[in-house]
Amino acid sequence: MTRMHHDYDDIPGTFVFDAERSRQGYGINMFCMSLTKEENRKAFKADEAEYLKKFQLTDEQRDAILKRDYNRMLELGGNIYFTAKLGATDGYSFERMAALMTGSTPKEYAEMMLAGGRSVEGNRSKSGRDKAARVKSKAKSKSRTKRK
Amino acid sequence: MAKIIAGVGSSHVPAIGAALDNGKTEEPYWKRVFSGFEKSKEWMANAKPDIAIVVYNDHASSFSVDIIPTFALGCAAEFPPADEGWGPRPVPVVKGHPELAAHIAQSVILDEFDLTVVNKMEVDHGLTVPMNLLFGQPKDAWPCPVIPLAVNVVMYPPPTGHRCYMLGKAIRKAVESYPEDLKVVIFGTGGLSHQISGPRAGLINSKWDKAFLDNLSKDPKKLTRIPHIEYMREAGAEGIEMVMWLIMRGALDDKVEEVYRFYTVPASNTAVGHIILENRRKLASGTRKPAAAASRHPAAGNTRHKARQAALRKPGHRIAG
Repeated sequence: MTRMHHDYDDIPGTFVFDAERSRQGYGINMFCMSLTKEENRKAFKADEAEYLKKFQLTDEQRDAILKRDYNRMLELGGNIYFTAKLGATDGYSFERMAALMTGSTPKEYAEMMLAGGRSVEGNRSKSGRDKAARVKSKAKSKSRTKRK
Repeated sequence: MAKIIAGVGSSHVPAIGAALDNGKTEEPYWKRVFSGFEKSKEWMANAKPDIAIVVYNDHASSFSVDIIPTFALGCAAEFPPADEGWGPRPVPVVKGHPELAAHIAQSVILDEFDLTVVNKMEVDHGLTVPMNLLFGQPKDAWPCPVIPLAVNVVMYPPPTGHRCYMLGKAIRKAVESYPEDLKVVIFGTGGLSHQISGPRAGLINSKWDKAFLDNLSKDPKKLTRIPHIEYMREAGAEGIEMVMWLIMRGALDDKVEEVYRFYTVPASNTAVGHIILENRRKLASGTRKPAAAASRHPAAGNTRHKARQAALRKPGHRIAG
């Protein structure tokens, strides 16, 4: 079944981990969760493909794990807090993983962050709705002033 | 009667924990972050809460994708630090307060918040990093018991900001109906803007963060109307965890005194935000404000108290953008 359309699918470069992906990615996430135990980390490192047989994974999901294609894992239902445990098993920090997912070198990524991070300008919407949300939501507060 | 005296908002970036655990606090990058919490530790040492309620989220430590509770209250006697893939953090076991926790659970459930009671739970950086930032790095034991409230912000949708705010109010009511005289501080953790997943990772929105902190302090009801899509678009996919700060805010008076604020970018992938909000009404309702403030600082008196608050506020008030 194809994914239902959601408003947040319009956010660029983002795979929102929703209830649907939670179901789809159950195997990926439970595999990652198993890596919170030292003996499992060792067993996985010793024979990755063999270890993965213990989990219900599609071929695409298994492939993404073996290739450490983190964006693909997210797209196929993985969640970052779970996939980070695979990263940790490889000795990667969250920052190093983020660099990987953005296609930058760790140095480039760290420099971007030190310079204030990725700007939201131009990164809000795929469909061109790229104006700042009104944090102060004037229209709404106007209609509510009477209650104050 | 137990009483919530103040709320603390703090980011809970795991790399902050790693910097502490690996002795990197004096490196310039990390010093910039930790310097913002020096005054806060002083504040906490003076406040001396009997109990801390820490609102945080579990990051695939105690809750996998087997069970995803929206609100889970830790009612156990203790909560060991979790192994998050790098081994458990070398921090003391977190002691709980099962009596008050059970009381809160019963009270808020009867107030129609269907939370999950958890009698066995490990706690991860989401809880222990803010504890370090406010209580330092005690070797053997944390200075007070903790009631953890784990909120699902991992799977979409988390509870709405409004729901979180109202839960805060219900928690306050529960605390105030507990007979023992206890001083309680409530923490809201996570955020501020950050995205750690996908090609848009690294997103930071300081303008948004500043507005969030301003409104948290002065007009929190405005924040309760922000829809999830706006958090994710403006503050990053993982920035949505800022809804947890609204539980803390809901548990405080409508009008609070902002005694401290700190903001810096970045810690790893994240904008670090921190705020301390004190309830102005220090004594039982009905007592006038100035008298209440003076009586809580009998030696200092009101003027010195105000000067201290002003001094606390100044150095950390660094808002970029």
